[in-house]
Amino acid sequence: MTTIDNGVNVQALLDAREVLKGAPEAAQFTWRASSKWTRGVHSTTTIEKFFGLGQEQTHKAQTEYASDHPAVFAAEDNGITPIEYLLVGLAGCLTAGVASVAQNRGIQLRSVEATVEGNHDIRGILGADSDIRNGYNDIKVTFHIDADASKEEIEAIVAQSQKRSAVFDALTNPTDVTVEVA
Amino acid sequence: MSAERVTTVVVGAGHAGLAASHFLTARSIDHVVLERGEVANSWRRERWESLRLLTPNWLSRLPGLDYDGPDPDGYMTAGEVAGLIDRFAAVVAAPVREQTALTALSRTEGGYRLSTGGGELLARSVVLASGACNVPVTPSFAAAVPSGVRQLTPFDYRSPAQVGEGGVLVVGASATGVQIAAELQRSGRQVILSVGEHVRLPRMYRDRDVLWWMDASGVWDQRYDEVEDLDRARRLPSPQLVGGAKRETLDLNALTELGVELVGRWAAVRDGAALFSGGLRNVCSLADLKMNRLLAGFDQWASSSSSFEEIAPTLVPARTRLKLDLGSGEIGTVIWATGFRPDYRWLDVPVLDEKGRLRHEGGVVDSPGLYALGLPLLRRRRSTFLNGIEDDARYVVDHLAAGLV
Repeated sequence: MTTIDNGVNVQALLDAREVLKGAPEAAQFTWRASSKWTRGVHSTTTIEKFFGLGQEQTHKAQTEYASDHPAVFAAEDNGITPIEYLLVGLAGCLTAGVASVAQNRGIQLRSVEATVEGNHDIRGILGADSDIRNGYNDIKVTFHIDADASKEEIEAIVAQSQKRSAVFDALTNPTDVTVEVA
Repeated sequence: MSAERVTTVVVGAGHAGLAASHFLTARSIDHVVLERGEVANSWRRERWESLRLLTPNWLSRLPGLDYDGPDPDGYMTAGEVAGLIDRFAAVVAAPVREQTALTALSRTEGGYRLSTGGGELLARSVVLASGACNVPVTPSFAAAVPSGVRQLTPFDYRSPAQVGEGGVLVVGASATGVQIAAELQRSGRQVILSVGEHVRLPRMYRDRDVLWWMDASGVWDQRYDEVEDLDRARRLPSPQLVGGAKRETLDLNALTELGVELVGRWAAVRDGAALFSGGLRNVCSLADLKMNRLLAGFDQWASSSSSFEEIAPTLVPARTRLKLDLGSGEIGTVIWATGFRPDYRWLDVPVLDEKGRLRHEGGVVDSPGLYALGLPLLRRRRSTFLNGIEDDARYVVDHLAAGLV
């Protein structure tokens, strides 16, 4: 039998699943981001620390993400728009899922590419029409996957990746969000 | 008042409890079968009028009681199932105590103490066969549904005539949800069906009942210790099937054809509106993939050379609504077909896991002399169906008898 390697340590994930079944408190994670306004609609968001496995954790490095809006929005375009970050999150999450599921099912991947398109009617955010929602009307992800597997197996991997995706869930299901002034 | 002593008590006089009685009698183990109501109580009182078994008659056999009626390919109504279980009780000559509800079950030295409406019992062993579907499960946000909308569970639902005017939102697309949705839509109401993860099956595959394939190909014989993800397999919703003379398929495509509107899983109530998931396409594609894999497995088992019998993928609407104002009058009734759970409120033995499920190993509960029967995938995939009880009950009673020596 040939050993497949998509670079995902599935055994560690499966072990973690077993351990966390008996330790739900350790499974409570809090992901954090903090942002600072610069000027105009440009801001910088920093991500470094999070809480998990019962204690404070730190990423290997602090990462900064610039958010701005493009020139067609009369802005300076110092970074991608916040709603584009949702697409980054979705593509990253689904792709991670594809790799993990493929590894777990013994399927060698050669390449995985995802194109994500979100249709957005900006009349909502401009307040031009109160019947139009602020967020995406719909999002379409198209995968091109080259792997040692049948089309059916690849479809099953992608479907399973959605089923386990944190970002897919966060986008498709309502979440309770509180915004307050400290 | 002194407690009555008996070797074994069976809790529940449905098909599972009576099957246990059958094997206990065969081994001359003295026992009583406690029944809160009448024999086959839930089939008499907790089912809607049009319900039929998902399994064809010829498969609906019990130990020592094969189907001998005129319609082997038909499907029994709930009333006929109650009749079958009645006959089974008579054939078994089961020592049933009807109208005797169990109120407490606790461990004693050398066995168990059972408190019932009819006094106390002491037993060396107990078989819990009180059913897997005693209490309808509804999500916590049901409490946030505005009071103008009537809420029913499958235990309350009887027929369309009982449901008032206005649209109906049926929640859940298992056998229960799709059957109730189809019946209400046919009665002239507009039905919206909220669909989460579900199991899709055609009623017939290659001119045979799909359950014939399950039975013949050995899918149902898969043991609990051979199943890859047992926890998940035990929680699987019942397949989208309905019994009837025409042997029709009742999947989401059939419902769409009838005019039922499909929406995603109902995720929350916010400001008086139901919010549905945008993940409908995913749960449908998972169900299609799993169905096709199962059917391909049948073909492989049959070494069929004929090409795969193609079944159209689930037709998901290009756009599903994500929000429904529950105060607008569009919906008069919500029917929660969101599953059931067993009722163990009387159980004072620490054998439930953190989710309230009975801890057992193929029916042998994690407390000496305590057994379970009639739960999903108790020992095999066929455990869920009437004809799955025979092997389970034989095994459990064998184990129980060995413990008495």
